Amino acid sequence: MFINTLLMALREIRRNVLRSSLTVLGIIIGVAAVIVIVTLGAGTTRQVQDEISKMGSNMLTIMPGGAMRMGGSAQSAPPFEMADLNAIKREATSLAAIAPVSLRPMQVIIGNDNRRVNVMGTDSAFSEVRNWKVVEGRLFTDSEVRAGKAVCIVGNTIKEEMFRGDIPLGAVIRIGKVTCEVIGVLEAKGQAMFGGDQDEVVVLPIRAFQRRLAGSSKISQIYLSARDVAGIQDLKGEVERIMRDRRKIAPGAQDDFNIRDMTEVSSMMQSTTGILTGFLSAIAAVSLLVGGIGIMNIMLVSVTERTREIGIRLAIGALETEVMLQFLVEAAALSAFGGLVGITLGLLGAAAIAPALNVPFVWQPSTILTAFTFSAMVGVVFGFMPARRAARLDPIEALRHE
Amino acid sequence: MTAPVIAFDQVYKVYGKGDTEVRALDGVSFAIQPGEFVAVMGPSGSGKSTTMNILGCLDTPTAGHYFFKGADVGSLSRDQRALLRRHFLGFVFQGFNLLGRTTALENLEVPLIYRRLDKTTRRRMALEALEVVGLKGREDHTPGELSGGQQQRVAIARAIVTQPSLLLADEPTGNLDSARSHEIMELLTRLNKERGLTVVLVTHEEDIAAYAYRRIEFRDGKIVRETDTRRAA
Ligand SMILES: Nc1ncnc2c1ncn2[C@@H]1O[C@H](COP(=O)(O)OP(=O)(O)O)[C@@H](O)[C@H]1O
Ligand SMILES: [Mg+2]
Repeated sequence: MFINTLLMALREIRRNVLRSSLTVLGIIIGVAAVIVIVTLGAGTTRQVQDEISKMGSNMLTIMPGGAMRMGGSAQSAPPFEMADLNAIKREATSLAAIAPVSLRPMQVIIGNDNRRVNVMGTDSAFSEVRNWKVVEGRLFTDSEVRAGKAVCIVGNTIKEEMFRGDIPLGAVIRIGKVTCEVIGVLEAKGQAMFGGDQDEVVVLPIRAFQRRLAGSSKISQIYLSARDVAGIQDLKGEVERIMRDRRKIAPGAQDDFNIRDMTEVSSMMQSTTGILTGFLSAIAAVSLLVGGIGIMNIMLVSVTERTREIGIRLAIGALETEVMLQFLVEAAALSAFGGLVGITLGLLGAAAIAPALNVPFVWQPSTILTAFTFSAMVGVVFGFMPARRAARLDPIEALRHE
Repeated sequence: MTAPVIAFDQVYKVYGKGDTEVRALDGVSFAIQPGEFVAVMGPSGSGKSTTMNILGCLDTPTAGHYFFKGADVGSLSRDQRALLRRHFLGFVFQGFNLLGRTTALENLEVPLIYRRLDKTTRRRMALEALEVVGLKGREDHTPGELSGGQQQRVAIARAIVTQPSLLLADEPTGNLDSARSHEIMELLTRLNKERGLTVVLVTHEEDIAAYAYRRIEFRDGKIVRETDTRRAA
């Protein structure tokens, strides 16, 4: 019986393809919007997660300056020193690895290619902390780091673009007025979360960076990693205590440095996308509501147009529930059809937009199933009133209807 | 003496109240035996259609009783009456009342769908019924592609496809020319004779009523005359 009702409904929809399509336009737009939003949202989430696992999810960063406050000006706080790192290495029991980092964009010259690139001074531990491997060549040796030798490791973009894909081991590049020998190439990382190409980088031993390029022994950031994710909070506590002690911050006073872990970065990212998703979802909901009202409207028209048919069916012996079911199934099939079209358009749209936003296209069957079910339910909810009106018709009156 | 299929016992049908009160049926009693062929006659507004609607379990008496298959229809629910129609009644209307843009075969399948019959059985029964009314080969035609006479045959086929025990026809020839009308009447006569189908039909026309064996005449909601034309002939 249900199959027959469904077939009947589909036939009725086919009979009025144009009208059916126009009717479900609202549903199509609503569902397509939902699919685009959810798909791109999932893509962003995936990207953030990938980013974090690329960075090493056990990673913490320490930067000088207090936590950002509303309306507060950026405090000038002293940078870090090697002694800070040594103290943390000595005292923090949850520590796995620690690396000093100083960053500065500088002019890099290779042959006749000349461009501004992020230059980073650090030591070999950065590879472990940031979960960033050397794929060609090697990391710095301890003696190179200690001596501040002018050797460097280049990011994948430098290799691909400035060296045109050649493996540049042994090549000599110029950074400002300093020359250094390439000893390794880093694995490709891709775009950073906040834009910018992470692979456009040249890494030097921290001493070399400080002495030859920066001309100061300051360390602008410290990267550290905990033994495991569970140890992050412990490590944070330990590091905060050590640093407050070393920087002589009075009890009760604000930290003049801040420690960030990746969960904060990810939740910050996700709250931004969350706001956007919420906003667009509201638009989608309105559009679905409009779509639902469209369906109700057309079903009411349909019931009036088909009063005689309903009369015939009732006279022939259809029960109230059977007539009701017929119109409900029709409304549900109509909106589910709109849902299918919307899902298709939404996926196509998301696939088209994702590359432009630099977000992976993440295809989620559960989302599609939910969207489909939801659109069918819109039909049932908004088809209910027209269906009940049809079922309650008096067969004699209905048969007399012109 | 067989038990009557249907019996009216002092049936009243009153529309409106007070000054505007209309007694569409004003104490009507009669009984119809299985296999009878009855013509209901009378001037316009005399209560013929009201009688047919009650006979067809589409409506219930205001007072009095209508017995169908031993049930007092007036005391049944809307759905129970629908089930009586589904299983025991066939309707033919003046305006044919076929589903538009739906083929003859599909039109015939509708009552069979409500009887929960499977596709192959439905097809077989529908094709048989179309053959009985002489429309073999027209199963894929929609009402728009058929003449009035053919449409009424499809309607008759739809009414008999479920093998009902009572066929009700309210002015079935009202929209047809004289030649077509006689064809339809011959078809109904044949169904009555060959299948023992009980037929009750409403008509204004003497020559149409002449096909029936029994005649009930109404005026102002009352039966004014009953004739057994078969005995008279
Ligand atoms: N739904 C209704 N509401 C009010 N009056 C009605 C209704 N149906 C029929 N009547 C009245 O009942 C009387 C009998 O009608 P009907 O049985 O249709 O007559 P017939 O079919 O013999 O022409 C008429 O006076 C008609 O106006
Ligand atoms: Mg009438």
